[in-house]
Amino acid sequence: MSTIDRALTLQPRQRSLPPRERLERIFQIEDLDALYGGKHAIKGVTMDVYKNLVTAIIGPSGCGKSTFIRCLNRMNDLVPAFTQTGTIRYHGQDVTARDVDPVAVRRNIGMVFQRPNPFPKSIFENVAWGMKVLGLKDGLEDRVERALTQAALWDEVKDRLKASALSLSGGQQQRLCIARAIAVEPDVVLMDEPASALDPIATSAIEQLMHDLKGEYTFVIVTHNMQQAARVADMTAFFSISRGGEGERFGELVEYDSTEKIFTDPSDRRTEDYVTGRFG
Amino acid sequence: MSTHSLTKAALRAEGLPRRRAVNRLMELLAWLAAGIAVAILGVVVWSVARRGAGALNLDLITKVPVPFNFGNTPSGLANAFAGSLVIVGLATLMALPIGILVAVYINEFARPAIRTAVGLALDVLNGVPAIVIGIFVFGLFVVGHGQSGYAGAFALACLMLPLVARSTIEVLALVPNALREASLALGVPRWRTTLSIVLPQTLGGIVTGTVLAVARVAGETAPILFTSSVGVGTLVHWDPHHALQTVPVAIFELSESADPADHAQAWAAALVLLLFILVVNLVARTLAARSRSRIGAAR
Repeated sequence: MSTIDRALTLQPRQRSLPPRERLERIFQIEDLDALYGGKHAIKGVTMDVYKNLVTAIIGPSGCGKSTFIRCLNRMNDLVPAFTQTGTIRYHGQDVTARDVDPVAVRRNIGMVFQRPNPFPKSIFENVAWGMKVLGLKDGLEDRVERALTQAALWDEVKDRLKASALSLSGGQQQRLCIARAIAVEPDVVLMDEPASALDPIATSAIEQLMHDLKGEYTFVIVTHNMQQAARVADMTAFFSISRGGEGERFGELVEYDSTEKIFTDPSDRRTEDYVTGRFG
Repeated sequence: MSTHSLTKAALRAEGLPRRRAVNRLMELLAWLAAGIAVAILGVVVWSVARRGAGALNLDLITKVPVPFNFGNTPSGLANAFAGSLVIVGLATLMALPIGILVAVYINEFARPAIRTAVGLALDVLNGVPAIVIGIFVFGLFVVGHGQSGYAGAFALACLMLPLVARSTIEVLALVPNALREASLALGVPRWRTTLSIVLPQTLGGIVTGTVLAVARVAGETAPILFTSSVGVGTLVHWDPHHALQTVPVAIFELSESADPADHAQAWAAALVLLLFILVVNLVARTLAARSRSRIGAAR
């Protein structure tokens, strides 16, 4: 099936999730607060992320969606004046602990960013560099091909692997970034609005590959696009902006449930307003 | 009709002629200021070229000086050019790695408070007069050990350090954070990210900064007078364990000579120095433009 056909035929999928008790929890997040310079970006987030599912984080701008997923792989460590409290247990181990090496965390929890950020290297090197640095040197070329194939990019670039990654289109660059992220065989792939700068066809290619790859990886995707969440996600978390005393604004988790429930029968009024388009 | 007549009305607005005149005047003043800056350089280059061109020949860099010569035999300043080459080369070897490491530390690792403090220190070091650096190195190395090419190189390295560090900081800041994040998100350690992803992006900028710093210190006289000027002799030496003659010091000494041929040679040497700095600046600017466009393309 061509990419265009896929774009036209991609339907919200029927899913039957097993009961949550039977799902393996990959993240157990408890009472997570994240602060920039002492100001709360998110407050009191408690949720579990399940293995081999696609979990979508939706919500209006400024509700802390990106801040939240960047907590999961310690990406916020790089932000000056960032602090967080609460625990994030990954396979039972608290990754927020001081003695945990953020490099080891990120080694297992990869990330794809909002804007494509390929290295200014060749297409091949973009995928191969991380593997080489991390010591995955056996059968490098096969692994590169596999990662590019999984990211639905191989056919488009197989004849020009030595060309600069910057010569690719935006959608291709983003799929290259996905290939780069999955090439080092992470356990979880975090995606921070990966399709916000892409056209519908590239978007659908990325959604399709998440669907195809979730047997091997666990995806957490932040998205502005509710249709996208409805199409790709098994579980959906709705974040919203709340107001505290003295005009304080912070993001918090309003509702977290199966995508079907969130979009058809949400229990919270704010979720319903958001998913029906009355707010946000 | 409406917008057109509005524009016409606006053109006739009250006070407009005066505003236009002020605008013209300011433009003229700015143009004059720019003209003066260019003219000063022009006058310097022209006067040095006029006096130095006569004595400018290959002998200047291939022959050694002959004292009390009065223009009788071909002579030159080969020893000074050799000495300058050694001292400036050594200074670059000392200042470049430290300058780059300082910049990497400030831009990639330091907390904001430390960043400000070290940045301030670099600015102050940059503002320290060269002669003060000369006295400092004189007290540190020359007293008790005697002058040497190493001492001269160390003094010049002190002058180069803030220049190299500052220009490297500037290009490091241009590298988009998205690139660092891309590498770190793969689970690549910070140092490896800096070395393999960030620094290659800044290569052109670092070369530019270094080249400009070389151009700047190659003409420094004061620190060299204290550290590498006594008993330099007239022969070509390459060993920095001894004091080496340098171009700026040679110019300084020749200018005080009784022999008019020496004056001509001083002007010629000054012209060579000036041309060197001019060429190096042009090369540096070309390199900078290329590296900027490379980083721009990575965005």
